[in-house]
Amino acid sequence: MTYRLTVNGTEHDVQDAWIGENLLYVLRERLGLPGSKSGCEQGECGSCSVIISGVLKCACLVLAASAVGCEITTVEGLQPGRGEFTAVQDAFVAEGAVQCGFCTPGLVVAVHDLLARNSNPTEIELREAISGNLCRCTGYGRVLAAAEAAAEVLRNTGTA
Amino acid sequence: MTVLLPTSVDAAVAALSEAGAQPLAGGTDFVVEVNAGHRRPATVVALDRIAELKGWRWAGDTLWLGAGLTYTEMLDPALARLIPALTQAARTVGSPQIRNAGTLGGNLGTASPAGDTLPVLAALDAIVELHGPAGRRDVRIQDFVIGPKHTSLDARELVVGVRVPVLRGHQEFRKVGVRNAMVIAVASMAFAADEQSRSVRCALGAVGPVPLRATDAEQWLASRIDWDHRVNASPGDLERFGHLVTQASRAIDDHRGTAAYRTHAVGVLARRAAAHLFEPGPIQ
Repeated sequence: MTYRLTVNGTEHDVQDAWIGENLLYVLRERLGLPGSKSGCEQGECGSCSVIISGVLKCACLVLAASAVGCEITTVEGLQPGRGEFTAVQDAFVAEGAVQCGFCTPGLVVAVHDLLARNSNPTEIELREAISGNLCRCTGYGRVLAAAEAAAEVLRNTGTA
Repeated sequence: MTVLLPTSVDAAVAALSEAGAQPLAGGTDFVVEVNAGHRRPATVVALDRIAELKGWRWAGDTLWLGAGLTYTEMLDPALARLIPALTQAARTVGSPQIRNAGTLGGNLGTASPAGDTLPVLAALDAIVELHGPAGRRDVRIQDFVIGPKHTSLDARELVVGVRVPVLRGHQEFRKVGVRNAMVIAVASMAFAADEQSRSVRCALGAVGPVPLRATDAEQWLASRIDWDHRVNASPGDLERFGHLVTQASRAIDDHRGTAAYRTHAVGVLARRAAAHLFEPGPIQ
C-alpha cells in the first residue's frame, strides 16, 4: 500500500509499507527523519512529539496512513535552515538543558508548541506544557530555564 | 489491513459493517495495542475527518457533546462554565499531547474502569447517541458501559455524541494518582449538585467494573442539606456521607492500588467535594 505524507513542507511517498505502522516509525525508518525519538511507543514519554496540522501529538500514537493530507512538522522542520537553531534550541544549549539528549527533540517541539500560543507563559503553564515529556537526566530545572529564556527571546524578537 | 478515512457518519457506519473493522478515534488506546502487536484488525476506520462528530452545542435545554470532542477542547472556558466537572476531569487526562488526541467517544468506546470522563457522565445521567445500520438510538450511560472495557455498542455502530443536562449547583471531579500528569486513575469521583431538584449526584471511577453511582449516599446527603437557606450539611454529616460513599465501592486489588485504599479514597474525595457545595473551593 502506498500513501503520501506532507512532512516539513515536503511531500513524501510511503511505498510498500504495512498499513499499521505508526507515524513515528514511518518518519524514522522510511522517511529518514530520526529526530523524533522512540522511547515508549505508548504516548508516555513525549520523545516523539510532533505537530500535526497545528496540534502537538505523540507520533507513536498516530497511525501514519491516517495522517494523509495533514501538515506534519517534526523537530527537523522547526529550523529556518539546515545547520541553524531556533531560539528554543539555542536556549536549550545555553542553559544546559541537554544532557543525554534523548528527550530533547520532543521537549523542543513541545516548547515551540506552547510558545506559538503563549509568548508569556507562567511557570505553571510551562510545567503543564512539558508534563508529557519525560527527562531522566536534567530534573527539568534547566529545561524550564531554557523555555523561559526562549520566551523572552520571542517577546523581544517575535521569533522563537 | 486497510485504513479508511470517511468524512461522514453514514460512510463510517457503512465501513464498520465490514467484518473485523475497528473504529479509530484519538489512538491513545488502540494504536498502543497495535504498536505492541496485540491488535491487527483487517480494517481501521479513522473518525477524525467526520465534521458531524466535532464540537459541542446546545440541543434544546441539554448540551450535545460530539464523540470527536478532544480533552483539550473540553477545557473550553465556555464549556467549563456549563459542565465544570467534565472540564476538571479532562484536565487530569494524560499530557497536552494525549489531551490533544484523545476524545470523548474514544473514552466511551474503550470503557476502561479508569476512564476519566465516565464518572462525570454517570453523575450527569448522560445519554449516549449511537448510529448504526438501522439508524440512530439513544442509550443511557449506565446501559452503555456494561463491564470493564465492555460496552453495549454493536460492532457496526458508532458513538456519535453524548447529551448531558446543564445543572445549577456545584460540580467537582477529583482523582487520585501518583502525580498530576500522565496518570491513570487509582480512584476518581464526580460530584454534581442540582439545586433545582435539590439532589446531589456522586459517581465513582476505578473502584468497580463500571462507573458506580453512590445512590444511598446521594439521597442521604440531599436530606441533610438546608436547601432553602443554602446551608450545607454539618461536618459530621459530610463525614457520614463519605462513609456511605465507600459502601458503593466495588474496588479490587491490582497493580495500581488495593481495594481498601481505593474504597477509602473515594469516600474522602466525595466528602471533600460535598464540603464545597455552597462555597466552591480553589479547584479551577
